[in-house]
Amino acid sequence: MGAEFVALSLPPILIGTLAALACALPGNFLVLRRQSLVGDAISHVVLPGIVVAFLVTGQVSAWPMMLGAAAAAVVSVALIEGIRRLGRVDAGAAMGVTFTAMFAFGVLLLEQSDTSGVHLDVEHALYGNLESLIWLDAVGWSSLLDPAALSGLPHELERMAIVFVLTLAFVVVLWRPLVLSTFDEGYARSLGLPVATLGLGLVIVAAITAVAAFDAVGSIIVIAMFICPPAAARLMTNQLVHQVLWSLVFAAISAVLGYVLAGYGPLWIGLPNTVSAAGMIATVSGLILAICAVAGPQRRA
Amino acid sequence: MSPLELVAENGLRAPDLTGDSPLAIRGMTVSYGDQPVVYSVDMTVRQGAMTAIIGPNGAGKSTLLKAALGIVAPLSGQVTVFGQGLDATRNRIAYVPQRASVDWDFPTRVSDVVMMGLYGQLGLLGRVRGLHRDRVQACLARVGMQDFGDRQIGQLSGGQQQRVFLARALAQGADLYLLDEPFAGVDAATERAIINVLHELRDEGKTVVAVHHDLSTVRSYFDDVFLINRRKMGEGPVEQAFTVPALQATYGGRLAEGQVAQLALDAG
Repeated sequence: MGAEFVALSLPPILIGTLAALACALPGNFLVLRRQSLVGDAISHVVLPGIVVAFLVTGQVSAWPMMLGAAAAAVVSVALIEGIRRLGRVDAGAAMGVTFTAMFAFGVLLLEQSDTSGVHLDVEHALYGNLESLIWLDAVGWSSLLDPAALSGLPHELERMAIVFVLTLAFVVVLWRPLVLSTFDEGYARSLGLPVATLGLGLVIVAAITAVAAFDAVGSIIVIAMFICPPAAARLMTNQLVHQVLWSLVFAAISAVLGYVLAGYGPLWIGLPNTVSAAGMIATVSGLILAICAVAGPQRRA
Repeated sequence: MSPLELVAENGLRAPDLTGDSPLAIRGMTVSYGDQPVVYSVDMTVRQGAMTAIIGPNGAGKSTLLKAALGIVAPLSGQVTVFGQGLDATRNRIAYVPQRASVDWDFPTRVSDVVMMGLYGQLGLLGRVRGLHRDRVQACLARVGMQDFGDRQIGQLSGGQQQRVFLARALAQGADLYLLDEPFAGVDAATERAIINVLHELRDEGKTVVAVHHDLSTVRSYFDDVFLINRRKMGEGPVEQAFTVPALQATYGGRLAEGQVAQLALDAG
């Protein structure tokens, strides 16, 4: 494993791993809050925001898209609350209506706008383009120390690293309020904690992560990583700190193993083609969850 | 009556002078949808007393407590705590929610839950030191749970869960304790342990307010009662306000005859 690995496999593995870590981290709280499907929901509702950002800026660039996506997420939350209160239906129904309507609106926008010149389509939204995130300037491991070569790294790597650090900072700094408002909302409110704002903040962080990861690795990984590593980690321990650490380990294993299996696995068993890395990473995370569900020490009887 | 009309009616009320009462509520109206659950309630809690909030199911007892703490938003009403606004006095209030309001499968240990009572002191990133751990242990000991610190909370019985919630409130070191049905579904030993702690608190000069269900223990446990059935139905020291006519008015004929007879007997 030398130059080829560094140029073709290392960047996507790192990007996939960072994306998996960044999703798994807030995923722990989403799973405990019974909001696991927020990741799924986000990847639906943000679509119109992303398309509008593209229409306004005329290019597929990350930060405007993220702002658009975050705006779409906020609009969705407002819509859900509005429908819930005005229509007097339960939250689940209001969410269902909002998510499908937002996604449908995004598809219509996408169809009506001229995105043929750029890489923005529904398929891309699902699978991402992990395999194409290669590092052409790399000539070997030594390139990791070469500033000129490093500047040629895919931008997605830098972006996912920033998003992961942001997510990490959010969870570390707001750990106590997040834990408290997740475990006992009434008590948290009695202490004067801004519970609603925290919940919204968590969803916004998840949305930012989802959108950043969406461009690089596709929404399949996003949905899987929000749920599978935290859910598997819950079966390993009864302490939230340990759960979060286990979830990061599982997310990293899924990303690395998934990518390697997708790229090399079929060759090992004599098949000529590789399979989708995004699909394989999500599959590995599902397998880890299955193993923990069968053999995890803290699974419920 | 629509919520807006309710607000209009209560808005006319001039703010009373509430002195330094640990908890004073004026013109509190809370509604879920169009249905008023608590209607124009005034309440003044006596310093250093144990007050029971009593009323039939759905009378708005828990809602009154939650609205007083800002956990649910009232349509109208003013709350003062020790003569000041809620935001200035939150660190003097400890709230014990209903046990059933949380998910006991949450991945956390007993000592972690009690430590939550110290989050106000610790702030966002303050380090947990030996003195904090000692305080957690002391609060657990006070409710007889000193050997359960490392247990996962899902392994506790209902009574033990309730004691952990009380220990968390104790850790806050508050002056006003608001408890939502602390004796609901707990064993007799837990009930005794909790009432002993609450009486100790009162004897230290703290003020305790609890939503309470069991009319037969009101007289022995509490100093004051607050009767509510959507509206305030009575308030005052037990011997004056906890009377058979007041209870019949509050419960609207829903008290069993045997209960009434027993209460009349207790009242002498």
